[in-house]
Amino acid sequence: METTTPLLNIDHVGIRFGGLRAVADVNIKLFPGELVGLIGPNGAGKTTLFNLLTGVYVPTEGSISFEGEDLCRLPPFKITRKGISRTFQNIRLFSELSVLDNVKVAYHSQAKHTMASSILRMPGHFSGEKDMHEKAIEFLKIFNLDQYMDEKAKNLPYGQQRRLEIARALAANPRLLLLDEPAAGMNPKETHELMDLIGLIRKKFNLTVLLIEHDMPLVMGVCERIYVLDHGQLIANGTPEEIRNNPKVIEAYLGEEVS
Amino acid sequence: MELFQQLVNGISLGSIYALIALGYTMVYGIVKLINFAHGDVFMVGAFIGFYSITVLDLSFFPALLISMAACAVFGVIIERIAYKPLRNATRIAALITAIGVSLMIENGMIFIRGAQLEAYPTNLLPSENIDIFGVSIKSQSLLILGVSLVLMMILQIIVHKTKIGKAMRAVSYDAEAAKLMGINVNNTISATFAIGSALAGAAGVIFGTYYIKIEPLMGVLPGLKAFVAAVLGGIGIIPGAMVGGLLLGLIEALVSAAGFSLWRDAAAFVVLILILIFLPQGLFGKNKREKV
Amino acid sequence: MTIFKQSKGFWLSVLLSFILFTVVQLLLTGGILNSYYENMIIFMGINIILAVSLHLIIGITGQFSIGHAGFLAVGAFASAVITMKFEMPLFAGLLVGGIVAALAGMLIGIPTLRLKGDYLAIATLGFGEIVRIVFLNIDYIGGASGMQVTHMTTWPWVFGCILITILVIRNFTNSSHGRACISIREDETAADAMGINTTYYKVAAFVIGAFFAGIAGGLWAHNFYIIQPSNFGFLKSFDILIFVVLGGLGSLSGAVLAAIVLTIVSTFLQDYPETRMLFYSLILIVMMIYRPQGLMGTRELTSLFKRKTKGGSKDGNHHTTA
Repeated sequence: METTTPLLNIDHVGIRFGGLRAVADVNIKLFPGELVGLIGPNGAGKTTLFNLLTGVYVPTEGSISFEGEDLCRLPPFKITRKGISRTFQNIRLFSELSVLDNVKVAYHSQAKHTMASSILRMPGHFSGEKDMHEKAIEFLKIFNLDQYMDEKAKNLPYGQQRRLEIARALAANPRLLLLDEPAAGMNPKETHELMDLIGLIRKKFNLTVLLIEHDMPLVMGVCERIYVLDHGQLIANGTPEEIRNNPKVIEAYLGEEVS
Repeated sequence: MELFQQLVNGISLGSIYALIALGYTMVYGIVKLINFAHGDVFMVGAFIGFYSITVLDLSFFPALLISMAACAVFGVIIERIAYKPLRNATRIAALITAIGVSLMIENGMIFIRGAQLEAYPTNLLPSENIDIFGVSIKSQSLLILGVSLVLMMILQIIVHKTKIGKAMRAVSYDAEAAKLMGINVNNTISATFAIGSALAGAAGVIFGTYYIKIEPLMGVLPGLKAFVAAVLGGIGIIPGAMVGGLLLGLIEALVSAAGFSLWRDAAAFVVLILILIFLPQGLFGKNKREKV
Repeated sequence: MTIFKQSKGFWLSVLLSFILFTVVQLLLTGGILNSYYENMIIFMGINIILAVSLHLIIGITGQFSIGHAGFLAVGAFASAVITMKFEMPLFAGLLVGGIVAALAGMLIGIPTLRLKGDYLAIATLGFGEIVRIVFLNIDYIGGASGMQVTHMTTWPWVFGCILITILVIRNFTNSSHGRACISIREDETAADAMGINTTYYKVAAFVIGAFFAGIAGGLWAHNFYIIQPSNFGFLKSFDILIFVVLGGLGSLSGAVLAAIVLTIVSTFLQDYPETRMLFYSLILIVMMIYRPQGLMGTRELTSLFKRKTKGGSKDGNHHTTA
């Protein structure tokens, strides 16, 4: 595996908020096609790391490169266009827009028709919108959401909202998908379906996936490799088997439960 | 020495801005609302002071106290009727309501008593010229500055030494947690409006005494500028509002002194836009980031 | 096939607007509507343009701007300079008014659009005031006493401008670009994460909105014989704001309806300005407490007449504004 070049290379990355070092000296390499888990107790800095990867925060130290290109200081929308797409821990759908339109928004950056052609209703507008419409329905079908497509996103049941967020992230055409606790709040059945779905889209779209999950057994079940973050620092990485038996990881999780 | 005189004027005006800005900043700190109507409370305060002096034949200090008390009640009424139902609404809805309340107070005042000017009596406070280092300063300026400073000190004592002050700080830090700790959030918010409005009322009387002329739309521009002062000092921060107010008064005085008196009103807004762009947390504020 | 379907509605609207235009024109030339009503209709038209242009900025893109009178003022003075000082035709005046206002929109948009919510509101309010004070200090356009302008605004001009404004803003809104703007309104962080260049679309909304506000300014200037900077204070901005708030944040037809109704109300109350403002302020407060989404919410008038269709009839022209 080490022979191929990494898709994503996080190199000694850290960020300070005032005096607080939220993330420090993190090194992560992701290789094409991997499904990697990122776990750690509450407040360990997992979401902060996602925010660093997607340009919401700018790292105060270290560098991040994706397919050999430096990502630091790029605004979030440019990073998305380079091929990294994400979901959010607390669902952030466009709640007043329809399910279909949510997906179309993510497809927007690949649209070919210009603002002028839309305002003047030139042929380019119609073909562009038609293309987008068909693509969006295709995505919804994969996720079994096409039956809801005219429904407002906020009216979907919780589990479907989570699915829609993933569908939307995929419509942005990523090569790396970042999932921030996609199973949070789901019941075991829904979680199971979700994991099957992630496996499916991974193959279908030839994706690399980085998954934050709080639920240890779940991550152990699907991920090939796991990184463990605690207090902003990587304390372990390896196969699920290695992580399960790592004393530092056990301590980090036990420490949380006690306090 | 012309310049020095201008600076004294600037500080006097600035202390009025500071008094109004305190109300803005306290309310913003606690309910995250730009209380557009605050400038109009200042106007109402000026009128209450005026009628206390002319109709009830009172002198400056009793009129000041009556105006402060009445404005405190008025502020609480505004909060209970217009803002409380919107406590969990979007901030834009709250802002639109505040604009509505402001328009209502202004036009209600015109509706009741007409739009004409009133003039404060000029003999309210002794107006002698005092020489300090060869510069003559109106005794009124000093008195006004003194009254403003005393009010600000009282406010500091209330905020830092009393129970209600502690509650105010707690609610502004985290309303949910304060509630769980047994603090009556509604009463605390009302108290904040009361104190802020009382200060605006005081500013109204001081304004009338110093600048003589008052009218129903007098609160609009000082209100907006006081908000600028609050942003300049760092919104939600009480010493920031004081410094911001004084600084803004000085900036305006300097713009006038430089011969651009027609541009004076624009100065505050230019300051506002520059501050919002380059130092959005204000002079005394801490940088906060949105949680994603 | 869907394209054909929309065309039917489109041609129907064209027919209806043509009838509306002809009827009003006949009533005016036939002398059935006197100058009092003519004035009201022109004023209504200007207000519709202002309401729709602000609707794009606030209702669609979610940028709470309360300095719209600034763009109106820029358009009014720029167009008056073109027709009065350079003696060019009204068309040139309107066009230049729109373009200069659009430039002002870009000027204010680029630095301030990093701000959010109430901070943006205050900054745009400050911008409007700065514009007013700048005009107050330019002797070329008359300073505080203002500029005299020949009356040139007529119903056909107003009607033409309304039509273009509504068409452009509707076409923009009901496209991928409009959806990008709505996504910013709904959740800016998520829009950014979905690859939307949020700054670009916010500036675009400001520029387009300001352009039409500028055109409204041109019509306004050539309707009132005299324009003064004091016409364009923030009370004027609030006047425009209330159309959008009352109509429903996000509803174009709501903004148009509110502009029509409130113009009629204010025409009847024009001798009692404080009663009018009291009424306006009551509307704002009661509305926010009991129906913060406005009369129409984000719905459009046309959706009331349409049967709810199942399936994917949604594309370009359908109302994706919801």
